[in-house]
Amino acid sequence: MGKRLAVTGNQAIAEAMRQINPDVCAAYPITPSTEVMQRFASFVANGKVDTELVTVESEHSAMSACIGASAAGGRVMTATSSQGLALMWEMLHIASGMRLPVVMTLVNRALSAPINIHGDHSDGMGARDCGWIQLWSENAQEAYDNLIQAIRIAEHDDVRLPAMVCLDGFIISHSIESMEFLSDDLVKEFIGEFKAKNPLLDVNNPVTYGPLVLPDYFMEFKRQQHEAMLNAKDVVLQVAKEFEKVSGRSYGLFEEYRLDDAEIAIVVLNSAAGTFKDVVDEYRDRGIKVGLLKPRLFRPFPYKEVAEALSGAKVIGVLDRADSFGGFGPMYMEIASAMMSNGTNPVMIDRVYGLGGRDFMPEHAAQLIDELKEILDTGKVTLYKDYLGVRE
Amino acid sequence: MSTTPLRLKELSKKEDLLTGGHRLCSGCGAPIAIRQILLAAEMPIVAANATGCLEVSTTIYPYSAWKIPWIHTAFENAAATISGVEAMYKALKKKGKITERIKFIAFGGDGGTYDIGFQSLSGAMERGHDIVYICYDNGAYMNTGIQRSSATPLGANTTTSPAGSVIPGKMQPRKNLTKIMVAHGIPYVAQTTPAHWRDLMTKVRKALEVDGPAFINILASCNRGWRTPTDRAIQDSKLAVDTCFWPLYEYENGRLTINYKPKEKKPVVEFLKTQGRFKHLFSPENEHILERAQEIVDREWEALLREEAMWKAEEEKKEQ
Repeated sequence: MGKRLAVTGNQAIAEAMRQINPDVCAAYPITPSTEVMQRFASFVANGKVDTELVTVESEHSAMSACIGASAAGGRVMTATSSQGLALMWEMLHIASGMRLPVVMTLVNRALSAPINIHGDHSDGMGARDCGWIQLWSENAQEAYDNLIQAIRIAEHDDVRLPAMVCLDGFIISHSIESMEFLSDDLVKEFIGEFKAKNPLLDVNNPVTYGPLVLPDYFMEFKRQQHEAMLNAKDVVLQVAKEFEKVSGRSYGLFEEYRLDDAEIAIVVLNSAAGTFKDVVDEYRDRGIKVGLLKPRLFRPFPYKEVAEALSGAKVIGVLDRADSFGGFGPMYMEIASAMMSNGTNPVMIDRVYGLGGRDFMPEHAAQLIDELKEILDTGKVTLYKDYLGVRE
Repeated sequence: MSTTPLRLKELSKKEDLLTGGHRLCSGCGAPIAIRQILLAAEMPIVAANATGCLEVSTTIYPYSAWKIPWIHTAFENAAATISGVEAMYKALKKKGKITERIKFIAFGGDGGTYDIGFQSLSGAMERGHDIVYICYDNGAYMNTGIQRSSATPLGANTTTSPAGSVIPGKMQPRKNLTKIMVAHGIPYVAQTTPAHWRDLMTKVRKALEVDGPAFINILASCNRGWRTPTDRAIQDSKLAVDTCFWPLYEYENGRLTINYKPKEKKPVVEFLKTQGRFKHLFSPENEHILERAQEIVDREWEALLREEAMWKAEEEKKEQ
């Protein structure tokens, strides 16, 4: 049994990083993730970790230095949010294309303009196609657990890909909650030693990283990346199983909440899932068969498993905390893709909520369940995509 | 470890760490400089390379011309990338996982150094990494087809500063990046050319010996962009130095030394007239640009002379 403490989400992440004790961290301050590197810098300054902290002049350089450090042959971590991730975007593809197991915390925040420092998922969803494994977290406990597991997943021989762990800015990063920590020794043992592959610092076996690859070989590189990403799914499950042994906390590809016999299904990521579960309970008490699915692994997306879990649902309400303007929200598109191959043909609606940190309240959850119940009873849909919790 | 003397006979026995067979143009100044740099180094080197001619032409998969560990990530971040490599070296050395002495070099062209990579370069220098940043300055974005950069000299005809009927080429003088690097207060900054191989190699050795960041700016001719025959790289580099367009100098812990003072300073037109990119400047209506080019060279050269004299006077005062 580990220590139970009341901490902020950022503090939980910083603690995980202290316990992981990476070789190099390169980071740049940005709200709301700043506290992570601030706390980590004090661990460095006080000798609590052996890490070389590179306090770069931009997020672009943060990810560039992470890439250089990872290729050099060691464990590398960083953290960012929003515009920081956007500035890294070019380098995110390069980290994954070079198959470097950099692990990053993304404290989710809205992208400008207008500038807004609060939590939504437009940053993480914008990085959807960058070739990074994405694990999403409802609360500080999950963020902490995901970050420790991410090291094992990213560095696994069958994967060797960068991974990001997402948690909601302010709602989780700055709220204090009670959570359980593993002991330092247990984390150290769980993550193991870093195994370098073709490191730059092996000067006796010089390697070339980042050559020019023309049409004759380019697709073979991408194919290998695709396969590594597919492999990640099984590795996520294996690592979760091992993690359960040491922590007692169980993780899958997603969480199902009262979904077994549900006719109405909700799909929602991160902190809003916590709010929604309470409302599911209220409706269940009233005899309405509603359940919830909270994705954890968003890249690679577990289409088959999600489709199976939702196969009993007749109507599905998907919540998106990011918009793809002129299209459905990113989560909706994944769920639609999953259900297409399933053959059960549920009615699906997309509701964009919580942008720029707009509170997602129990009444919003109730409003959505009421609407889905109406669709279930009448078969009529007014709008497939709409905003929830907005002033018109 | 004994140091190889900087004599051609001894140097010719050392292995070339940038092999032949790369696809850089014949007559390109960059690989001449790189081979000199790697021959000068007496310890293992790990290099980062910004996107550019040097990068694309030396690593066409599945081939690599580099016999040293080498990484290219993107255009604007060779300095940040090598910072990460160096940080990992420090981390692993501290843990006893690496024992040998390794040094780190970042290579970038003028586009990747003066322009898009400027922030990353400045950041890396300020942070004090133990790295050497080497710019091979050919005065334009040659890899993408000769577009003007902030290193492009006044008046040059490039594809984005074409010599037109209204605007006769690039209307701005070049940025003095070497001086900007001096302003960072780093332990070593120098300027050289591959035509002055002994000067170049001495400077590389000094830069590598320094504990902390060093910057070397190397003029590297490009016959495609300079519009010169392929056998002009060395002569044109010499002319750049003899006209004081590109003086050979170094700053050791902030102290300036001019490494070469031409006995007779040639007019800058001697450097300009052999190159097609300046051809239009020799029409009578553009004479004022040539005059301005000469003024810039004179002003910068005289400033260097004054500064060196000031250092000498100060040192003499201290000795008394």
